[in-house]
Amino acid sequence: MGTSNRKPFIVGVGQSEYTKWGGIKDRSQFQVTAEAIVSAVRDAGLKVTDIDGFTSFSNDTNHAPLMQVALGVPEMRYSAMVWGGGGGGSCGAISLACAAIESGQADVVVAYRGLCQGQGQRFGLFGGDRPHSSFIFPYGLFAPAQMLAPLVQRFMHDYPIKPEHLAEIALNARANANRNPNAVMGDKELTKEQYFASRWIAEPLRLYDCCLETDGAAAVVITSKERARDLETKPVEILAAAHGSGTGWGTGPLGSHNMPTETYSSTNNRRIARELFAKAGLTPADIDVAQIYDHFSGLVLMALEDFGFCGKGESGAFVEEGNIRWKGGKLPINTSGGQLSEAYVHGVNLMIEGVRQLRGQSTSQVENAETCLVTSGLGTSPSGAIILGRS
Amino acid sequence: MSYFPDTMPQPTPVMYEADFWNACKEKHLRFQSCADCGHLRHPPTPICPHCHSTNIKWVDAPEEAEVFSFTVVHHASHPAVKAKLPYVVGILTFEGMDGVRLVSNVTDIPTDQVKIGMKVKIWWDDIGDGNFVPRFRPVESK
Repeated sequence: MGTSNRKPFIVGVGQSEYTKWGGIKDRSQFQVTAEAIVSAVRDAGLKVTDIDGFTSFSNDTNHAPLMQVALGVPEMRYSAMVWGGGGGGSCGAISLACAAIESGQADVVVAYRGLCQGQGQRFGLFGGDRPHSSFIFPYGLFAPAQMLAPLVQRFMHDYPIKPEHLAEIALNARANANRNPNAVMGDKELTKEQYFASRWIAEPLRLYDCCLETDGAAAVVITSKERARDLETKPVEILAAAHGSGTGWGTGPLGSHNMPTETYSSTNNRRIARELFAKAGLTPADIDVAQIYDHFSGLVLMALEDFGFCGKGESGAFVEEGNIRWKGGKLPINTSGGQLSEAYVHGVNLMIEGVRQLRGQSTSQVENAETCLVTSGLGTSPSGAIILGRS
Repeated sequence: MSYFPDTMPQPTPVMYEADFWNACKEKHLRFQSCADCGHLRHPPTPICPHCHSTNIKWVDAPEEAEVFSFTVVHHASHPAVKAKLPYVVGILTFEGMDGVRLVSNVTDIPTDQVKIGMKVKIWWDDIGDGNFVPRFRPVESK
């Protein structure tokens, strides 16, 4: 991606402690976010004063102009956010950073997200202001689980997708989290019996089909090949980044569900997937490991299809055959425990795990991993994805 | 008494959404179409995505709809729904109105009997102050 010396690389990652909802009480979300940024910059072997760009997404309230002052960044040459709710913009924030690096508008960009739900809006509850809210709130459609459940319902109606297949997404995430000491659910096992005994949230989604509610922050540092070359840490190349939305999505599932019928039960990533693989010069078969945005289990199954790891309607059989498991599966996914079991930091924790895989530092390390797909929030507009490569 | 208690969030339409809710006050379910090319759209928008005309014509929806998808909600994300759990939110389509789906409730049916493809019929829920919200129940019931 890009040419020559301006190719974008991820050179540093940083994260706060991850806790369950309301677990961080001693510091503000802003402080926790600032600390994650500092730790990412140090991980890169750079100085905080080297930062000259910030990107984020969604409704991140840790405003870059304030972050610049708090961190003593002398010149902010680039600041940008991606529209859209939830984690749909996570990889978009990386693609903005890539645009800045490739075009020379900035040299060291931090993409970050601070999200202490215990200190602000709890996403699982009714909350103020949403576009198209008049068309959903009076009917009791308030929270993302309720909003995305009808996509999963339709998906299971149209294709041979069974409750056991949703369970496999949750059980895989937990098994991986159990190897990750920093995962919120690191020491809690989950059995299939417990999964099926758990309460409904919004049918067909049970409790364990829904992501965690986390307090935490995560940051990623992106710079050019030229700059990365001089650093001691092992840089990870961003082989491709793409974001956006298909025809007619608008608010999509988060609003009144008026996306086209052919893409209704989808992640809104089919064009993005095509573009991404073309840019990277790879096919799905070339991907060694993937971090697929797991806000809700059913959307992960759709992503396996939309990104071409299996055919339409075949994701159930694909996961049933053990293909997403570490070790031995064709495509181990969500190797840190993902957002179902590691932490819910709107997908930035998934990028960090992607980097760990390519540095050989994962607690569920895929042997000789050379490529990793990371996706944004699925079934949102915009959505997006990146492909990372070992350099 | 309305389906949900009066603490339930009510429609708070933005400018170009108002006519949808004004029609509901008269118990008419109407969708927006382009007065020039006839393109149907929902939720309302100020400009036709097909021909970019800003001329609008409101078209009556049929009384019956089909369940395209749905969820049964078991978790109270707002205190107003607590007593109604579990309740059904349906994604509904209307014959002859391609490109339009409506989010609404499917009521008067045990939640485990709601099915994709089932036919439902509109009823108007009086939420007070002259405002009505369209909800749906299976055609074969009362």
